[in-house]
Amino acid sequence: MAHPSTYQPTSGFGKWIDTRLPFPRVVHDQFMVFPTPRNLNYWWTFGGILTFMLVLQMMTGIVLAMHYVPSADGAFDSVEKIMRDVNWGWLLRYAHAVGASMFFVAVFIHTFRGLYYGSYKAPREVLWILGVLILLLMIATAFMGYSLVWGQMSFWAVTVITNLFSSLDSLIPGLGTTLVEWIWGGFAVGGPTLNRLYSLHYLLPFVIAGVVMLHIWALHVPGNNNPTGVDVKTERDTIPFHPYYSIKDGFAIVLFLIVFAALLFYVPNYLSHPDNYIPANPLQTPPHIVPEWYFLPFYAILRAIPSKLFGVIGMLGAIAVLFIVPWLDTSRIRSTSYRPIYKWFFWLFVITCIALGYLGAQAPDGWYLFFGRAFTIYYFAFFLLIMPIVGLIERPKKLPGSITQSVLGSQASKPPSPPPPGPDDREGLA
Amino acid sequence: MANPDTTTDPSLLPDDDPSRRDVILIAAGAFATIGGAAMLWPLLDQMNPDASTLSMASIDVDVGPVEEGQAITVMWRGKPVFIRHRTAKEIEEAKDVKLDVLIDPFARNANLPEDAPATDANRAATDLEPWLVMIGICTHLGCIPKGQAVGDYKGDYGGWFCPCHGSQYDTAGRVRVGPAPQNMYIPPYTFASDTQLKIG
Repeated sequence: MAHPSTYQPTSGFGKWIDTRLPFPRVVHDQFMVFPTPRNLNYWWTFGGILTFMLVLQMMTGIVLAMHYVPSADGAFDSVEKIMRDVNWGWLLRYAHAVGASMFFVAVFIHTFRGLYYGSYKAPREVLWILGVLILLLMIATAFMGYSLVWGQMSFWAVTVITNLFSSLDSLIPGLGTTLVEWIWGGFAVGGPTLNRLYSLHYLLPFVIAGVVMLHIWALHVPGNNNPTGVDVKTERDTIPFHPYYSIKDGFAIVLFLIVFAALLFYVPNYLSHPDNYIPANPLQTPPHIVPEWYFLPFYAILRAIPSKLFGVIGMLGAIAVLFIVPWLDTSRIRSTSYRPIYKWFFWLFVITCIALGYLGAQAPDGWYLFFGRAFTIYYFAFFLLIMPIVGLIERPKKLPGSITQSVLGSQASKPPSPPPPGPDDREGLA
Repeated sequence: MANPDTTTDPSLLPDDDPSRRDVILIAAGAFATIGGAAMLWPLLDQMNPDASTLSMASIDVDVGPVEEGQAITVMWRGKPVFIRHRTAKEIEEAKDVKLDVLIDPFARNANLPEDAPATDANRAATDLEPWLVMIGICTHLGCIPKGQAVGDYKGDYGGWFCPCHGSQYDTAGRVRVGPAPQNMYIPPYTFASDTQLKIG
């Protein structure tokens, strides 16, 4: 949150640079002494994990691009060459592919955490919107990256997803076809399509990095939300980011990397589809096209709606609705922990997302289709009906008087209590 | 909207035309906008199909060896084209269908007017009723329907079945079970003789 700068340059160079480009001051104020609520739990470590994953994906991606051949004839073979011939190529490619999955694991948890603790509510609406924008950019980037392998699943995923735009033909005849041929650079998915997807796959991570900086900026104006949703009231409610949360985030990254490494070294293909090891064939559609696991809930929504255009609108709307969540939630308090009715709907929503993920991988008929439709209805009802209505009729539980009180109990309200270790050591730590 | 500073600037006399700067400002802004927009078009249009793609516009196919009941697939503009030599039974089935049961009432035949109804005559080759030539791409999301090979499952209507989302087409390539919204497209083509087909 906004706080007076406490940076004191000591060295001669420190003073010189501070009057020219005060970068050390920004680092000190925003990442060292930054006042952070003292009660953040481990769900708050995923922002750091995500930053780490973005850097890791960019590093592995840049080196993979040194060996990849972006052409319809060469792409598949160059990926196999990376796997077999390039020094450490197997490690770099698997780290990039499994890394994409782990990136989405983290971003989904991060998003659900924001939903649960009401982190989108005033004054953090812009922070939330930038986050949804990052999610959209990640989806686009991951989709394009998957296409670059140019296996059967890559090719047909691109075909199916780009054909979604042809649904616009039912609004204005010809518009969809014109748009799709513009995206393809031909009359079907082919070499020109692959080249432009490669170009954009290289570009978008840098766009994401830019929006991440805005996201962190928008976080540092109001400061972190916290598990109680109660605002920071005094300095005693906060501790400096470093070393308290730098250590906590670092420890969480280590735990996250253990899971990452287990997937990477023991089952690197567990989350991918074997058909993508068959070179792309424009004359044969695989018997069962499924997207990567992180797109399955959205794919289930697409297939649940029995109209091409409305299916597309539903799938895009599933993410677009997140943009207006700050204005859909009418509750006066943030944290779901203090909302006895909404809590049940929230966890049903989490189950809905997981169920849609399962249904997205099944053939859309019979009971699968029935439940796909039922969960799709709940997905949208949660945002458009439950959020506004429950917020109005619910009587929330009593909130703690302050963040400190929620941590230390009633003793925190006694004036002579010993000072907590955090805030008073701040000067020494800085 | 005169800039207040101009009144104190000796280079701009008070009796000078007060709109002179405005004209320059508007003209400069207009040129920058038009120039930017003119540059934007090449940046966008470069993504459209290029000259080499457009030049692959037509192909010749000898359909002589295709026996009744068989089908072949050829590539045209990067898309599969289904050529089916239909049996008398398949033609009868296609002709017996009433137009009002069809999901898409239009023939989608590039050789006919856009509003031509989806009768079997409008779908099959003119005067060569056994031949059905169409782009073998499901109009839902672009998968290749099954039904070309002898052993393929052809759906309840004996034509084609799309494995992706279950759309079914009849023996005239008309969609009978959704989610596909339209009949499969018929490309521009001509028969130079009974067996010489030119697509495109």
